[in-house]
Amino acid sequence: MNNPLIEVENLRIQFKNDGKITDAVRNVSFSLGKEKLGIVGESGSGKSTVGRSLLKLHPRSANVMADTMRFKELDLLHATEAQMQKVRGNRISMILQDPKYSLNPVVTVGKQITEAFLVHTKVSKTEAKERTLAMLDAVKIRDPKRVYDLYPHEISGGMGQRIMIAMMMIPEPEIIIADEPTSALDVSVRLQVLAVLDDLVQQRGLGLIFISHDLNLVRSFCDRVLVMYAGRVVESIAAKDLDKAQHPYTQGLLASLPSLENRRDELPVLQRSPAWLEA
Amino acid sequence: MSETTMASITKTAAAPNSRYHATMENAKRTARRILANPLTMGGIIVVCCLILIAIFAPWLSHYEPTVQDLTNAMKAPSGDHWFGTDEYGRDIYSRIIWGSRVTLYVVFLVTVIIGPVGLAVGVISGYFGGIVDTIFMRITDIFISFPSLVLALAFVAALGPGLDHAIIAIALTAWPPIARLARAETMTLRNADYITAVKLTGASTPRIIIRHIVPMCLSSVIIRLTFNMAGIILTAAGLGFLGLGAQPPIPEWGAMISSGRRYMLECWWMVAFPGMAIMMVSLAFNLLGDGLRDALDPRGE
Amino acid sequence: MSMIEIHDLNLSFGEREAATQVLKNINLAVEENESFGLVGESGSGKTTILKCLAGIFNHWTGHLQIDGFTLEKKLQKARCRNIQMVFQDPYGSLHPLHTVESTLKEPLTIHGLDRKDERIDEILVKVGLGPDFRYRYPHQLSGGQRQRVAIAHALILEPKILLLDEPTSALDVSVQAEILNLLAKLRVSENLTYLLVSHDLAVVAHLCSKIAVMQHGEILETLQSGDLAMTPENHPYTRMLVDASHQYSRDMASAAAMVID
Repeated sequence: MNNPLIEVENLRIQFKNDGKITDAVRNVSFSLGKEKLGIVGESGSGKSTVGRSLLKLHPRSANVMADTMRFKELDLLHATEAQMQKVRGNRISMILQDPKYSLNPVVTVGKQITEAFLVHTKVSKTEAKERTLAMLDAVKIRDPKRVYDLYPHEISGGMGQRIMIAMMMIPEPEIIIADEPTSALDVSVRLQVLAVLDDLVQQRGLGLIFISHDLNLVRSFCDRVLVMYAGRVVESIAAKDLDKAQHPYTQGLLASLPSLENRRDELPVLQRSPAWLEA
Repeated sequence: MSETTMASITKTAAAPNSRYHATMENAKRTARRILANPLTMGGIIVVCCLILIAIFAPWLSHYEPTVQDLTNAMKAPSGDHWFGTDEYGRDIYSRIIWGSRVTLYVVFLVTVIIGPVGLAVGVISGYFGGIVDTIFMRITDIFISFPSLVLALAFVAALGPGLDHAIIAIALTAWPPIARLARAETMTLRNADYITAVKLTGASTPRIIIRHIVPMCLSSVIIRLTFNMAGIILTAAGLGFLGLGAQPPIPEWGAMISSGRRYMLECWWMVAFPGMAIMMVSLAFNLLGDGLRDALDPRGE
Repeated sequence: MSMIEIHDLNLSFGEREAATQVLKNINLAVEENESFGLVGESGSGKTTILKCLAGIFNHWTGHLQIDGFTLEKKLQKARCRNIQMVFQDPYGSLHPLHTVESTLKEPLTIHGLDRKDERIDEILVKVGLGPDFRYRYPHQLSGGQRQRVAIAHALILEPKILLLDEPTSALDVSVQAEILNLLAKLRVSENLTYLLVSHDLAVVAHLCSKIAVMQHGEILETLQSGDLAMTPENHPYTRMLVDASHQYSRDMASAAAMVID
């Protein structure tokens, strides 16, 4: 890939807890262009840790090492906190899982979006509000003026997530990291939120990292997929080629999912091999 | 711990093979967590010293705490009297040693009263809700609106001063926060899935409350009680200072400060040593409470 | 006579103006040894039906019958030997301070059953755990293991009916298959009747032969799980759920938007 937006080589992250050291991420390498990259894994696979490490959002006790961790011309690994503050929310944004927890409950949603904009851009308050209303429209919210004044507890999950997207997109970032953005949503709302995300990513030519445990979803939404297991990337493959996955973990995972078309009496259970921890 | 990492790590510890074994493992782990913090260790050591001093008071003290010797009154600390003497010639060091018994007596009795009472009221109130909750909480409100000293004054006016009356007065004002705490915990717990599951197996309400809800409230209550102990000591000392608690010649630390107050400027030792004793013991209980709180959270895993 | 019969079940929360009707005229029947699935999104009322059957909610109106016995509003002890429930969150359904043994022994003590140790050993084997697990605490178990213990706890009283509230939603994908296989096996070996609630159509289709699709407190349609894939005859909402369970596509997203409001 020429001119990748993000390039990561041999990322290693260790956490210290109660004197014990855990290798959360082990030698993960990948690059991201103007595409939708999915990172799939179960709990403990390290997928969220990878996402957060790009924005240096891990606790201070964590040990982050890498051969390369670059965002365009910026060296993320050695960036200072001041430099990272200019990046977070401005050039790289992050959408989290549950808007109930990521939106401030005592501030109206409109104000939160405006604030996100004003942090990085110096404009008048009126202009910021206009931009916010335009952004609310862009995420397909039907009555932006009314929704502007609502509090987070007054909106549904799907709308909350679209507001998160608005908040993260308004500073016009170049990359979006979405960590399980639709896991807390109902199936029908999920599709709408993904559609909004899809449109915005395409229109603005952004790079998207989509972190999820839902293999089927990532397969149909993303262009490329990374499968993580116990801190390592075990498979890196184009989404449409997932049927031809090479690694036994991916194959096992795909086979063990219940499916409407392929009805079986007994689901093949994933047999873990200790070799996967090394491979 | 996730499924993935757990399955891939071979379990090296042997699975507990009996109920006793399992409880011991649990206790050992908690003990290890408590002992890991040096400040907590400090608190534990001081509290243990207090208990030992109280037990071995007759052997540790040099003089009888109540024997007066007016020729030796208000002497500075020396080889004979490590902490000096008070205005009646009594050895302050010995009085502090014996005073530890009084302190422990007060702390123990008050805790033993307010712990179970607060827990019971709080858990019943929180579990049943509705009219039961309203009644209990209004009663709690009545008690909590009295500052402890004011209530003690009222009690003393009614019954006369004395250590036991002071203990009752302190207990009466110290139980409501425990009840509130237990109630708050119970209200969160009563909707938990495991409570629903056990209801579905036909468990009776007493069984649910005693076996399932109370154990979960215990650690918060114990921690709160430990923090309370420091406050109890200070309140008892305050009452003693006002002449409402232990009556002379009982060597209560607060009363010692009170009587030493008059001579404080010339004889600093009459006030300083009891004051330090109170401070150290209060601090020790606070540190112990902190350590317990860090180690005892059942949901911390 | 069906194992579970529900007639005109209605349930509302709140008073007068603020009242929301959560269940509207629910009618369904589950035969003996059948596995019946309730599918729907959040707010559809599917879990509420389970809670009414389990006796967690008591202010419903209508007629509920289990194994021929009419259910009273109060939870009777005898009901516990007939119907049990497995909950969604394996991390919340076991008491954190009780060992596995303690958790499993309690129902036996409450109902005065004999041969307690034997029964505990048997049930642990049936759910795929061994005697090793007897003295462990929940925080020493993985999510899948906890769910197995929860299933053991539900089955130790030998009920005829098992209510399953999203039993695999909170589990890792790789563990899901194990638990689904276990549940399928147990239904046959223990002669159980299942009423399963899930938002995941594939899971419901795997375990259940008959499915009711719910939305906004109503049953939209009831069908055989085999007929799910046959799209034209189904209710548009059902079709939307089926399509959405597979994948994402731009067209589907627009179609979904039309079915909601």
